[in-house]
Amino acid sequence: MSTLTLLASGDEFTPPGLELFDLPPIIPGVDWFTKPVLLALLSTLIVVVFCWSAFANPKIVPRGVQNVAEMGYMFVRDQVARPFLGKDADRWMGLLLSIFFLVWIWNLMGVVPVLQFPVASHIAFPIVLAVSIYVLKVYLGVKHQGPVGYFKNMMFPPGLPKPIYVLLAPIEFLSNMIIAPFTHAVRLFANMFAGHIILAFFSMVGFWFLFEKLTPLGAPLGVVGVLMTIAMTGFEMFIQFLQAFLFSMLAAMYIGNSLHAEH
Amino acid sequence: MIQAASLLAAEGGGNPLIPHTYELVVGVFAFLVVLVVVGKILTPRIQKTLVERTEAIEGGIQKAQDAQAEAQALLKQYKDQLAEARHEASRLREEAREQGAQIKAELREEAQAEARRLVEAAHIQIEADRQQAFAQLRSEIGRLSTDLASRIVGESLEDEARQRRTVDRFLEELESSSAAVR
Repeated sequence: MSTLTLLASGDEFTPPGLELFDLPPIIPGVDWFTKPVLLALLSTLIVVVFCWSAFANPKIVPRGVQNVAEMGYMFVRDQVARPFLGKDADRWMGLLLSIFFLVWIWNLMGVVPVLQFPVASHIAFPIVLAVSIYVLKVYLGVKHQGPVGYFKNMMFPPGLPKPIYVLLAPIEFLSNMIIAPFTHAVRLFANMFAGHIILAFFSMVGFWFLFEKLTPLGAPLGVVGVLMTIAMTGFEMFIQFLQAFLFSMLAAMYIGNSLHAEH
Repeated sequence: MIQAASLLAAEGGGNPLIPHTYELVVGVFAFLVVLVVVGKILTPRIQKTLVERTEAIEGGIQKAQDAQAEAQALLKQYKDQLAEARHEASRLREEAREQGAQIKAELREEAQAEARRLVEAAHIQIEADRQQAFAQLRSEIGRLSTDLASRIVGESLEDEARQRRTVDRFLEELESSSAAVR
């Protein structure tokens, strides 16, 4: 709310910017304990408690929370793990389920009233997950295809005319070893970042033109802002789910490619 | 805006693509906790349960199939038995009908034979009676004729009155004798 009063202090409407993402420590003096940190830890707690209440003592005939959590499990297994990992899917379900649930709850924090801050809009959090997957991907690739075989399979897929490799090998190396982890993290970060700005912008339009500076000309604009905030919140929830799905799907894809050389 | 920017710069978080160190640490911690609890402890449990559920369902389906097959076999057995019983019953009915018809025919024949026998016996009796009556009549007529003739001859010369009396007497005797015969 401090950013809001800061922006509303002038006479002109100022759209929200990067300052939305710069939050002061909750307890003055404890610099590391900011809102995103609190929400990241809270999300961890939510995921752990939810999964514990569902799967700690699972029943063959599911009841209550187990039903809901099993829907999540089935979704990750059938839409994320199995298409990319096939028969290895069950071995990697623990990792993929953890990533999917954690990222989704991180994202959902962006629309929870009062909290309203997507954790993944701070790039540190996507980076942690993306780097973990990257390390795992390279480790699995070297382990299953050999140190030479891994890079050979990656950069020199068989069955192409020789001159093509001059072009293809550096591109493949770049795409797999440098761009992939970067986009993996940035895709999630940028979506949440942009989504948060959009929601903040429309709600600020509504707040500014209906409460701060209520004028006959500005009021309709304020109403549009409120309506758009509601619509974009729904859309944002869809994006949050989609990005969690996509993030875990890419993780599954990278692991799958390392386990079995494709091409 | 300038104030906000300077605030950002002071905290070193101006570029949103530069991660905060403490957030990296918290991120690693958060991820590890979830990975250990959800990934390492809870996921194997639900996987085990899902396998058990699949087995239970498959077992249930197998059991149901067995039960159905058994029921089908029993049904077939009952149907066969029923058909056999029906067949047997119809066979018995047919046999009974034949026997009944045979008995009826036999009885009819017997009755007809008995009737014939009775009629024949009656005929024989009648014939015998007739013969007897005829014989008796013949001897009677002869005797009567001789009697009458002797009487007529014996008293022919007497008067007409006597003659008439003789005739009357004869007739009376005849009448009385015939009454006696009767």
